[in-house]
Amino acid sequence: MLEVRNVSKSFGGLQAVSNASLVVERGCIVSLIGPNGAGKTTLFALISGFLKPDAGNIGFDGTPISGLRPHQICRLGLVRTFQVVQPFVNLSVRENIAVGAHTRIAGRREALEKAADVAALTGMEKMLDQPAGALTIAGRKRLELARALATEPKLLLLDEVMAGLNATEVRELIGVVRDIRNAGVTILLIEHVMQAVMKLSDYTYVLNQGEMIARGTPEEVTCAPEVVEAYLGHGAAARIAIAGEADGV
Amino acid sequence: MSDRVRMTGWALLLLIFAAVPAFISSARWIDFLELTLFVAVLGQGWNILGGYGGQYSFGNAVFFGTGAYIQALLQYKLGIGPWAAMWFAVAGTVVVGAFIGYLSFRYGLRGSYFALITLAFSEAFLVLSRSLKSLTEGGRGVQLPLNQDPAQALAAFQFNFSDPFLRSYGFYYTILIILIVACALTWWMERSRFGAQLVAVRENEEAAEALGISAFRVKMGAICLAAAISAMAGIYYVQKFLYIEPGIAYGTGKSVEALFAPIIGGLGTVAGPLLGSFFIHGIGEIAKETLGRAMGDRPGIDLILFGSILILVLAFLPRGLAGLLESVCKRIGGGRDA
Ligand SMILES: Nc1ncnc2c1ncn2[C@@H]1O[C@H](COP(=O)(O)OP(=O)(O)OP(=O)(O)O)[C@@H](O)[C@H]1O
Ligand SMILES: [Mg+2]
Repeated sequence: MLEVRNVSKSFGGLQAVSNASLVVERGCIVSLIGPNGAGKTTLFALISGFLKPDAGNIGFDGTPISGLRPHQICRLGLVRTFQVVQPFVNLSVRENIAVGAHTRIAGRREALEKAADVAALTGMEKMLDQPAGALTIAGRKRLELARALATEPKLLLLDEVMAGLNATEVRELIGVVRDIRNAGVTILLIEHVMQAVMKLSDYTYVLNQGEMIARGTPEEVTCAPEVVEAYLGHGAAARIAIAGEADGV
Repeated sequence: MSDRVRMTGWALLLLIFAAVPAFISSARWIDFLELTLFVAVLGQGWNILGGYGGQYSFGNAVFFGTGAYIQALLQYKLGIGPWAAMWFAVAGTVVVGAFIGYLSFRYGLRGSYFALITLAFSEAFLVLSRSLKSLTEGGRGVQLPLNQDPAQALAAFQFNFSDPFLRSYGFYYTILIILIVACALTWWMERSRFGAQLVAVRENEEAAEALGISAFRVKMGAICLAAAISAMAGIYYVQKFLYIEPGIAYGTGKSVEALFAPIIGGLGTVAGPLLGSFFIHGIGEIAKETLGRAMGDRPGIDLILFGSILILVLAFLPRGLAGLLESVCKRIGGGRDA
């Protein structure tokens, strides 16, 4: 469904993504992990058309999409959320989600109805008439998700939607994400919350300093010594493997 | 406020405006009303792009002036009737709007850059209308001939020699109808996909793009609509005064009036420009009557007053008079207004 092939991007002298490849199969939840500054968000920006790759190809559903504008890619059925949430603060939650719904729905009333439906799916039905600016961080993260979902994507890119949430909220949102997948939406997610990665992912990619250093099932990947060292520095592999088990993963 | 309350308010307002001849006959007060409605139309043109779209123009005179000049020149040079010229005036202004929009939005100009480029365009048109003498008659302006045949008053879109009612109220109703069209367009826009997308672009362009909105196309739509509405104000102006010259058409005066009204009245609201225009010109009249009389005829005193009002509104009423009205209505309506 999504094929990223040897994609590179640099900002001035900084190589943010270098020669990275990644494949997402239809119906899967694939996760992308890596330490801070690894280039994960940059890769999302490249896939969703916010940045142009310096090199490499990106294909979605068999068509090349590198070079298309974000709104065109969204209409093809690939939508991203933002790690730094970007709500329309002066609009209500309902109006926020309806903006997403309008991608497929011309009528105002139908879009607002669809917004209520999507809000119910993402657990926001009680907040529909609140201004988005009044939401807590957890609410804003859900709104990012709801708005993107309202565009009826085939592939949803979630950038750290669990960050900053407490344990209960994380557990709820894991359920929501799984429901979305079960409804037929393929998902690629960036996540630091390992509990979510382990529970949700069918497949995991690890990015470090712009390079894809490992891939496999989440269990395989988290045990791989190169991954552990990428996170915690040389020599830390052994200690972390034990800590991971103690964590109950 | 619910839609029903709003609709009732608008219907009442419309009734009052339509019935004005029944209780106002003083030419001076009709002039005052015409000016107020005229500025409200200019303001609505600005409000579409600035209030709903967040693109603050400092040169909306370019639309007013172009509409006015096309309306005047088609009659003056080619002898085309005013009712036919009107369509060309609107269409031609929309083309100018699309051109300015294309140059600005294609290259992602926002904020003060957009304000500056619109100002630059209105200044360029000012210079051009002064220097292209063979086309525009230059600084002398275009004076349309008076039509003295009472039977042709409507056909000529001139009411100086028509029956007494039309002579007194013809242009009042003209600008009222234009304002109704402008407000209806805005009302429709507010409840359409286009309006929702325009507001989304104002709020956060990046997020809007991510959700499938072409910010470029939406802003192009807004600038064309803004141009069309401002052009209608130009058409009214030319038919009423049968005269247009570069300073009136493209001077910064119209650009400033166009943005004052909606900012004071309430950005991104249908009623904002009308409220703001009434407030500004109402205060202006009162100032002339009282301060002017007390302190003698000192020019500029109304400008000081306008400036102070603008500062006060910006400081204390971020959502303008419309926002104030809404919260007052909510308080009065209590829980009823669900
Ligand atoms: N627009 C930009 N201009 C310059 N440098 C950038 C830009 N965007 C990202 N970077 C740099 O590129 C690198 C990768 O950033 P990116 O945001 O993709 O990392 P990330 O993996 O998402 O990190 P995190 O987990 O902290 O979100 C960082 O060093 C960052 O400072
Ligand atoms: Mg990131």
